[in-house]
Amino acid sequence: MPSWGALLAQLSGVNRYSTSLGKVWLSVLFIFRVMVLIVAAESVWGDEQTDFTCNTLQVSPSPTPGCENVCYDHFFPVSHIRLWCLQLVFVSTPTLLVAMHVAYRNHGDKKRLLQASERAGLFGTRGSEAEEAELENLKRRRLQLTGALWWTYACSLVVRLLFEAGFMYVLYALYRGFQMPRLVQCVEWPCPNVVDCFVSRPTEKTVFTVFMASASSVCMLLNVAELAYLVVKAVTRKS
Amino acid sequence: MTWSALYAQLGGVNKHSTSLGKIWLSVLFIFRITILVLAAESVWGDEQSDFTCNTQQPGCKNLIFVSTPALLVAMHVAYRNRGDKRTMLRSNGGEKTTDLELEGLKRRRLPITGSLWWTYTCSLFFRLIFEGGFMYALYYLYGGFRMPRLVKCEQWPCPNKVDCFISRPTEKTVFTIFMVSSSTICMVLNVAELAYLVAKALLRCSNRAARRKMPYVHHDGGAARDLALMENKKNDLMMSPCMDSGNKTA
Repeated sequence: MPSWGALLAQLSGVNRYSTSLGKVWLSVLFIFRVMVLIVAAESVWGDEQTDFTCNTLQVSPSPTPGCENVCYDHFFPVSHIRLWCLQLVFVSTPTLLVAMHVAYRNHGDKKRLLQASERAGLFGTRGSEAEEAELENLKRRRLQLTGALWWTYACSLVVRLLFEAGFMYVLYALYRGFQMPRLVQCVEWPCPNVVDCFVSRPTEKTVFTVFMASASSVCMLLNVAELAYLVVKAVTRKS
Repeated sequence: MTWSALYAQLGGVNKHSTSLGKIWLSVLFIFRITILVLAAESVWGDEQSDFTCNTQQPGCKNLIFVSTPALLVAMHVAYRNRGDKRTMLRSNGGEKTTDLELEGLKRRRLPITGSLWWTYTCSLFFRLIFEGGFMYALYYLYGGFRMPRLVKCEQWPCPNKVDCFISRPTEKTVFTIFMVSSSTICMVLNVAELAYLVAKALLRCSNRAARRKMPYVHHDGGAARDLALMENKKNDLMMSPCMDSGNKTA
């Protein structure tokens, strides 16, 4: 899955500028959510439509093709897997805002450094090695979360929280809870009257849904804690 | 389609883009390509195998089926990014004629002026045209952005009218709307970037015209003035008869 690797590389780069709680959040995100999604959840949901069986012969002697398609679409408008993929992509996006801000700051500092070295270089006082060392230091140092960067970081945390809560709510509302039923009763056309439809692997899906919801809650708690930490730090700095 | 190769190519171009261009690239990769690879391909994956028609007639099902929007998006991305590759090659070629070091070349961000400006602007224009074109093609082919649950088919060899049921129509509608929205955001960013480039070029032209009327005024600011002063001081020192040249003659 090349895209998850690229996302991971981007986020790891940002990791340097996060607080300690931010680093814990990133680890939880990747180990308990992305890895679980890739390794396990995709195989559990893989046969969700092919093994979704409706008992149309029970109600009418002639088979009604299309009944299963329609019933599946009615009960599963957006699959859990896709919702989680979207959730993870949206939740990771604010971090990239922080990365862009950091890159912008570094670019400004680098420009100032190059201008200063150009001016000093006319007197022959600084060698190119000193300049190289300065640039390396610039890359390696950990930026202080102050000023505009603090605001960007805090905003990214708030946006993350909103996305997490939003997706959790959408999942809960769409599927009326986190439990996957064994049987759903379908009255959509072209199914004749009421038809019993059986969901594939309901218990395993319930286990994974509860697991992902818990991981999501843990991430939300970490975000709230990080936000509180940032606010307290800013207040103590001013006083 | 090697997305990582495409990403590597565009990453190189990213260095020479404007800030809006960088945002466009991020939106493109995160919201469109990543979602396409991770989610949309699995939603559309079973679209022919689970496309069910209420008929026993063989061949009927295949004729009704048409190509996927996912392919359209993939082609769209490939076409549009050719313009970006051209920009990158052009910017590297232009710099070879000056006497900058290769290391400095890699580190510096090129100003978008001259022929590079034209290439960049053309690439933005092509991007807009392709975006609009593909959006229209999608809208026209599928009669809107909604995926219906049922399609009625009268084509041979299907007997009379046949009801056909599409697999996962709601999920497909959700993703189609999502991709169309991301596409719209990208178009808005492109228009904004185009406007920014045009405004910047106009400003540069007006500055040049103003400078031609007053040739001795430096408008770059303190840094250029300082550099000029230091250059003058250095020249004075060199011309001074008191300076030890370093070549000691016996």
